Amino acid sequence: MSPGNSIVAEQLVREFKKGPRAVDRIDLYVAPGEIYGFLGPNGAGKSTTVLMLTTLLPPTSGTARVAGFDVVKEGPKVRASIGAALQEAALDPLLTGRDHLRLQTMLQGIPREERKPRGNELLERVGLTEAADRKVKGYSGGMKRRLDLALALVHRPSIIFLDEPTTGLDPQSRAALWEEVARLAREDGVTVFLTTQYLEEADVLADRVGIIDHGRIVAEGTPAALKAEIGRASVHAVPCREDDRASIAAFLRRFGEPLGGAGDLAVRLDAGFGLADVVRALDADGIAVDDIELRQPTLDDVFLAKTGRTLEGAAEEAETEPVGAGARRR
Amino acid sequence: MSTLVTQAGALAMRSIARTARQPASAIPPLIFPVALMAVNAAGLRSSTQLPGFPTGSFLAFALAVPFIQGALFSTMNAGTDLARDIQTGFLSRLSLTPMRGSALLAGQLAGIVVLGLVQAVFYVIVGFVVGVDFEAGALGIGVLLVFAALVSLGFGALGSFMALRTGSGESIQGLFPLLFVFLFISSMNAPRNLIAVDWFRYAATLNPVSYLIECVRSLIITGWDAEALALGFGVAAAIAAGSLVLASRGLKTRLTRT
Repeated sequence: MSPGNSIVAEQLVREFKKGPRAVDRIDLYVAPGEIYGFLGPNGAGKSTTVLMLTTLLPPTSGTARVAGFDVVKEGPKVRASIGAALQEAALDPLLTGRDHLRLQTMLQGIPREERKPRGNELLERVGLTEAADRKVKGYSGGMKRRLDLALALVHRPSIIFLDEPTTGLDPQSRAALWEEVARLAREDGVTVFLTTQYLEEADVLADRVGIIDHGRIVAEGTPAALKAEIGRASVHAVPCREDDRASIAAFLRRFGEPLGGAGDLAVRLDAGFGLADVVRALDADGIAVDDIELRQPTLDDVFLAKTGRTLEGAAEEAETEPVGAGARRR
Repeated sequence: MSTLVTQAGALAMRSIARTARQPASAIPPLIFPVALMAVNAAGLRSSTQLPGFPTGSFLAFALAVPFIQGALFSTMNAGTDLARDIQTGFLSRLSLTPMRGSALLAGQLAGIVVLGLVQAVFYVIVGFVVGVDFEAGALGIGVLLVFAALVSLGFGALGSFMALRTGSGESIQGLFPLLFVFLFISSMNAPRNLIAVDWFRYAATLNPVSYLIECVRSLIITGWDAEALALGFGVAAAIAAGSLVLASRGLKTRLTRT
């Protein structure tokens, strides 16, 4: 751990009444200017962690310092140093984009003469100048998210927290937001703590990724290092006929360990095997497949390797959990 | 102090802008009480023939009711606005700024008081249009507006407290009919000394809303009645003070930021 880290959490715990530990003894070290991706399925503890780090929820135990300030003892100093766009863009549908920025600049104590220029600058930065005087209820999801980001930046924070900023957005809006977030870190040196349940988002944006499941960090590192840790590629085959599924599965097991969770037939290749070996063996055995593909490890493979489930499967599991498990008090 | 004023001003502007931009929620508090007054006046006009009835115009007698009924709408407006902010996470956004809790309450309630004043001015105009003479004169109308602002503040703070306590707009709306029971079990339709049913008279005497109505009524039909004014302002101030204390405590609990 470096003493200059923007975010430091040690043994951070949050328990809720009648529920399991939402966050269970996690350690986090995020360097200045870094984009840290906090990846996990719904209910994994991502948002609870963000609420604790942004001072909106006191930890049950453990410590956390953000921008060098203790989140429990120095809440106002933490809040002065951070910006946050929490889950669901919390905007007033009856106010315009410009109204929101005016309110935010006033509440953040921006001097009167700087309020308007700062608002205009941020509206331009997030591409909302033309829509600035329209009520937010007419904004698209992407526009709301961009306004949310602009509001988080009003007081020029050194650290921003983005809680699932692109959930529900179309690919174009998502890409635009990614670009803006990357620019913040690259050009302005802002530290970004980003939670997401999208593998691609973490892969594309984050310098480092922490994977959280059931409140615990199960893996952490750069996306490349995490994938390299899994190491081996996987082969995925699609049978020509459903009747062939069992025989092809048995065939593939000769080349590696079967992968669960996928709709197709897949194995993680053992060392020394490649796609060519599998194809040659298929020919030799006279087995026909509709399609066969070699896939390099993804962050989903990392999640699977660490938890035994895919992210998608974990999300479905979270949705079917009984009410109360992991319920939020707030 | 200037920070508090700036913050409260920003939040008050938001509250007023919200009201101005949704006429559907601002107009019913103006129209509904007047409509109810018209219906009551038509049906109960003959009450003025009762010995001891304080005025010959039932409209003048009933005009006090819309002022208080309109203020009760403030409870719902303040409550549902704040509950929505809690539900949508807007309160969390505000919590991340250096905003003081007192500024949030002051701003929210300033908007409600402005709406309460607009309502009161509207009812005064309605009074003039239907030919009511305000016995306390122009100064009395000024006092009436101050009183309306105080009552709106009290009921608005009560609505804010309920919102902070429940965090649900639906709960506020569910409590609204209960508040209206207080209005109906009061001296809204008859002076207390002329209510013949014992239990109703006792209930109206115990009901603080009776004193709010009688304060307004005294300015319209009596002139300057020190007792009615003292009781009305006393009750309104007590409701405002109590509700503000409760709302402040509720806000402290709701704003769990460290």
